[in-house]
Amino acid sequence: MSDENKYLLEVRDLKQHFNISSGLFSSKKLKAVDGVSFAIKEGETLGLVGESGCGKTTVGRSILHLYEPTSGEVYYDGQLIKGKKAVNEMRKKVQMVFQDPYSSLDPRMTVADIIGEPLDIHKLYKTKAERDERIKELLKTVGLNTEHASRYAHEFSGGQRQRIGIARALAVNPKCIICDEPVSALDVSIQAQIINMFEELQDSLGLTYLFIAHDLLVVKHISDRIAVMYLGHIVEMGPANEIYNHPTHPYSISLLSAVPIPDPDYAKSHKRIVLEGDVPSPLNMPSGCPFRTRCPRATEQCAQELPPLKEIAPDHFCACWNL
Amino acid sequence: MSKKVDTSLPAKNPLSFQLDLSKWEKASTTEKEQQIVERESVTFFRDGMRRLWKNKVAITCAFLLIVIILAVIIIPMVYPYSYDQQLSVAKRGQIPDATYNELGPMEYSKTELKKIENGEKVFPHILGTDSLGRDYFIRVVYGTRISLSVGLFASIIVLIIGTLYGSISGYFGGKVDLIMMRFVDIIYSLPDMLMVVLFSVVFNRTLEPLIEGTFLSKLGTGMISIFIVFALLYWVSMARLIRGQILTIKQQEFILTAKALGAKPARIIRKHLLPNCISVIVISTALQIPNAIFTESFLSFLGLGVSIPMPSLGSLANDNLSYIYSDVYRLMVPALTICVIVLSLNLFGDGLRDAFDPKQKK
Repeated sequence: MSDENKYLLEVRDLKQHFNISSGLFSSKKLKAVDGVSFAIKEGETLGLVGESGCGKTTVGRSILHLYEPTSGEVYYDGQLIKGKKAVNEMRKKVQMVFQDPYSSLDPRMTVADIIGEPLDIHKLYKTKAERDERIKELLKTVGLNTEHASRYAHEFSGGQRQRIGIARALAVNPKCIICDEPVSALDVSIQAQIINMFEELQDSLGLTYLFIAHDLLVVKHISDRIAVMYLGHIVEMGPANEIYNHPTHPYSISLLSAVPIPDPDYAKSHKRIVLEGDVPSPLNMPSGCPFRTRCPRATEQCAQELPPLKEIAPDHFCACWNL
Repeated sequence: MSKKVDTSLPAKNPLSFQLDLSKWEKASTTEKEQQIVERESVTFFRDGMRRLWKNKVAITCAFLLIVIILAVIIIPMVYPYSYDQQLSVAKRGQIPDATYNELGPMEYSKTELKKIENGEKVFPHILGTDSLGRDYFIRVVYGTRISLSVGLFASIIVLIIGTLYGSISGYFGGKVDLIMMRFVDIIYSLPDMLMVVLFSVVFNRTLEPLIEGTFLSKLGTGMISIFIVFALLYWVSMARLIRGQILTIKQQEFILTAKALGAKPARIIRKHLLPNCISVIVISTALQIPNAIFTESFLSFLGLGVSIPMPSLGSLANDNLSYIYSDVYRLMVPALTICVIVLSLNLFGDGLRDAFDPKQKK
């Protein structure tokens, strides 16, 4: 915290390609993430948005090396993460909260065992009493009853389960949490509770978040900066308000125009930009800019070269040839 | 400064079903707390037991099995004759009595009749004796004990090898899985009865000098070769089953979560994958036992199983095959015992499956 501009987590040109076998000996490359770079400052929240299948989740998982990245580097606290030992060390500092609170908890384990698992793996306690104490403390932190420790996950509601998932992520005292759509499987009222809890935890524990979601309003609410992804590329990145009020990339503009507006009078005057066509298959990516097949501004140049992320305003980057 | 809200309802129409709110009162906080009922935590095991208890057939079979198991443990302890004691062969200083041989049920030999005349009490031969003057009832009991323990241990061997192999193959997947499963396919494609007979013959010969003098020699080469045959051939279906289960469970997010927490493969298999397929493991082990008992009886019937004088249900049936026209009961008793054990184990296994794995229920 000595240096205000220190990057806690940095990703450079991360690529994640999957081999999809399409015959006995031939295989195709699925480019889930194709050259993504970003950095998160300590205590900051970076929101990662994009439609389904654009590679948001893969980015999160590749950072934790749940999938071995095809190429690119991940730096944590200035250290390059390479090799099993470094990955294991990073997993003590960077944790993940998963999307589905139903399948992300082992149905055969009690809550105490679920939350205690990271403690067991990294051997973070000396006596059993110490472990129980820590589990109780974590349950209280996420607003659960300590008597719930001996119950099984299926006895809880979605929101409570997500709290258990968060408690598990907090068990190792991480500095950074990758939230992989943590609220998209929950009811709207519960979403608010969980989001507020994330904010409170950030204040009290000084956490850094990479917040992956497809709900723009949620992301805008919680994030300091937002990165918009399309087909494995970041197309625009900048401060949350800036992106929300002045989107510049044609994809961000259409994405934001799809956000439902609670005021019906304003909504009437508001025009929704509907994109034509479908998202191209990541198995068969268009040349040049990935968005050019649906872009209203597309030109010759877009088909030939991939537009780089250019700084168009302070801290506001956009990848488009025709601004 | 809150405005007083008028909560009273408009005048009640005499024909309407509108409730009269004045007749109701608000629940106090203590009353509300009383309404919160903490449901008892239902574990997977208890839920399964409740369902099993409802299955009368399975419970009857379980009861029958418990009775049989208790009988084979207790009876040899209290029974006055032993399974290998030839009553017709006299101890030193006594006159041999050939009338001990081939007694019918509840019959006595001449020596015993004399003893009864003298007022001594003689324990009856419940099922008579065989052609060598050995008490037949204790031989059946002992044979059942041998058959049951062979079934149990063979299933445990199958369980250990199959679970290890299947979980490793399923968890690592890809090329490892491909190679390991092709090996399973090869074993699976061998005609198992032929292989069992072949192996038993080979091991019976080769093992004899190896185990000479050790405690294993007491067990007999036949028994050991049965175990080896099971270890070599019968684990494949278990391995396949476990692998299939692990492949499906592996896809679930909590496995990914465990990886993200930094868990190693061994821990993931031990703590997450196997506990989640425990029902399949228990059920297929329960169904493996009758299979093993049957194979053991079959081998003993052919004379390849347990070694003389140790009886097993199969060898007893074979020994008494010649009585099929005179004393059918001699053949029927071991044969029926096999039937009862195998049938009740199968039905109990089915009951277990229905109770603990409701998805598989037809």
